[in-house]
Amino acid sequence: MRHLGTRVRTHRLRGLRVRLVVAFALVAAVTATTTGALTFREARTGVLQQSQDTVIVQLRTQVTRLAPALVLPAGRDELRRFASEVAGAEPSGAWRVLVVYRGLEATSVPDDPFEELTPALREAVDSRSATVFQRVNRADHTALVVGMSVAFTSSLSSSWPLTGLQVFLTVPQTTEQAYVDALVTAVERAAVPALALAVLLALLAARGVLRPVRALRHATRSIAEGRLDTRLAVDGSDELAELSHTFNETAAALEESVAELRGMEARARRFAADVSHELRTPLAAMSAVTDVLDEDAAGLDPDTATAVRLISEETVKLARLVDDLMEISRFDAGAAVLHLDEIDLAESLRRTLAARGWTDTVEARLPEPDALRGRVDPRRLDVVVANLVGNALRHGARPVRLDLHEGEGSGAGRRAVIEVLDSGPGIPDDVLPHVFERFYKSDAARSRTEGSGLGLAITEENVRMHGGTVRAANRPEGGAVFTVELPLRRDEPTRDEPTRDEPTREERA
Amino acid sequence: MPRVLLIEDDRAVRDGVALALRRQGHEVAAAETGEDGLNRLLSFRPDVVVLDLMLPGMTGLDVCRRMRALDQTLPIIMATARGDDEDIVVGLEAGADDYVVKPVPARVLQARIRAVLRRAAGAPADGGIPKIDTYGDLAVDRAGLSVTWQGEPVALAPSELRLLLTLSASPGQVFSRQQLLEAVWQHSYHGDARLVDACVKRLRAKLGEPPREPRHIHTVRGFGYRFASR
Repeated sequence: MRHLGTRVRTHRLRGLRVRLVVAFALVAAVTATTTGALTFREARTGVLQQSQDTVIVQLRTQVTRLAPALVLPAGRDELRRFASEVAGAEPSGAWRVLVVYRGLEATSVPDDPFEELTPALREAVDSRSATVFQRVNRADHTALVVGMSVAFTSSLSSSWPLTGLQVFLTVPQTTEQAYVDALVTAVERAAVPALALAVLLALLAARGVLRPVRALRHATRSIAEGRLDTRLAVDGSDELAELSHTFNETAAALEESVAELRGMEARARRFAADVSHELRTPLAAMSAVTDVLDEDAAGLDPDTATAVRLISEETVKLARLVDDLMEISRFDAGAAVLHLDEIDLAESLRRTLAARGWTDTVEARLPEPDALRGRVDPRRLDVVVANLVGNALRHGARPVRLDLHEGEGSGAGRRAVIEVLDSGPGIPDDVLPHVFERFYKSDAARSRTEGSGLGLAITEENVRMHGGTVRAANRPEGGAVFTVELPLRRDEPTRDEPTRDEPTREERA
Repeated sequence: MPRVLLIEDDRAVRDGVALALRRQGHEVAAAETGEDGLNRLLSFRPDVVVLDLMLPGMTGLDVCRRMRALDQTLPIIMATARGDDEDIVVGLEAGADDYVVKPVPARVLQARIRAVLRRAAGAPADGGIPKIDTYGDLAVDRAGLSVTWQGEPVALAPSELRLLLTLSASPGQVFSRQQLLEAVWQHSYHGDARLVDACVKRLRAKLGEPPREPRHIHTVRGFGYRFASR
């Protein structure tokens, strides 16, 4: 379907509509031409046959009637008179007659060159006693030339001895020609409207076919864009209607499967959220008393003290893991909310380091106070930076550096660039594409680390909520670098008397 | 000894938190339900309440509102199990002074309790000259720690009072949320600006400030808040 859609769009000239029109026009043209040609041929033959039969019968009748009066051997004058008489028998006066007798020739009209008479016809009359005729086209008119030998009537012999008298007749076929021309014109005139009608019908048929096809195309695109409740109106019972019906069934099946999948996904997310939440209550009790255990561990025997400290440490880790899980399920459920506030980014980063006690261990290259302000969620920015720096301290090697500067505008306005660099061995190439995946463990032996395995995934989600990007790479001089780019949106200029209430509440990304 | 009323429905959490707090020298009363907690309020007379947000029957929010109605100045720390932004904001707007997200280590809870008690106990950090300042209808008695509006006393929760005292001590000066967080709540948990926003909202409501056109407590977009003495 997509394939067809592409073709329809990219090759308009080879589209269904054009193809249908051309096919219809061809069929109409062939039909009209064939019908016309056959009709023309039959009609022309009929017209001409009838006229020549009439002429021959008339001529024969005249000659039969007038020949006995001609005394043979005859002279030129007798022949001319005979020719005139024969010609005069035709009321319209269109006949021209040539009489030949033993080398003498006479025409009904004086000095008629009788150009229409061909040597072939003359020869045919010479050699045969039958009536011979020929149609001759000369210049712009057609004429019928008839020739016959006159024989004696004999009751004694079966053969009719020739008298040597030959009569030739020329009849112009103007009327017949007009008939034929009219036929040609009629065929021509019929073909053009037929062709036009064919194109019109083709367009109608194309519309009939194309409309459902177009509807199908729109519906398919709509499905592809995620509107799975798209259905086609099925009318009629042709193949296209069947196709629409099948499409609807497919769409329904797809919708059902997707709904089922979404349901399963939602249940899975809920489960993760519920599990995390249920873990919180026992953890709340455990977390409350770990300090008590730690304090008392000093006074216990070594084994018990170790056990107690272990429980205490693991409780802290478990609490962090559950926190991270809750955070991830908030992202998955779309319940995470951005509380945007325009802050001094350098100050925010400084506070993040100070709050974790990293001011002395991390080298910070930050711009001057108030040099770089941006609209971010301070809590989420804190999570991002703390995760990246914590990650560098745990997995990389010191010195760890935190850079903040304004990025060169890569299209979408100003950006703040935060870089966290460490001096460790870097990240193996096969791990690099997966560092932001949840619980991704690069090294089975190192699978139990201080981190929850969710820190970088949470980092990525937080950055994405801000419309920014985060990526990991290795530095050429060794060590890994994590780069966060955040778009630097600013508040509209602050008015003298700002009255807007609660600027940070409920601003969804 | 500071007296802590702990309202928590889960027995293990209740016992654990009570144990940890007692070890740190608090006198602790533990209540299982909101109703029980409200009853203990009068008999036990706590200095601070640690209140679970999700309780069977009467919810933590209802308990918080009822306690505020009974005693405006009692510090309430809300312990939320979900920790979703919505829950925290709703809890703060119901009148809590502070919140912690469970699970919470005992020393964090202890620090928060100490902070709200300091707030409840005393004068603002600047230690200004005790006097009564009037700003239009609003009168702030810095010595007696009382506030009147149009002559009527306004009952403020400790954090609200402290916020008002801090802001009005330097009219016209812009305080960032972080500065207010440190001055009023005395902890600098970075990014907890919601506390400030929620408290400002409550304070404005109690001072009868029109939400769209506040007279005294102005929002400075992108920075924080400042007090206008007009």
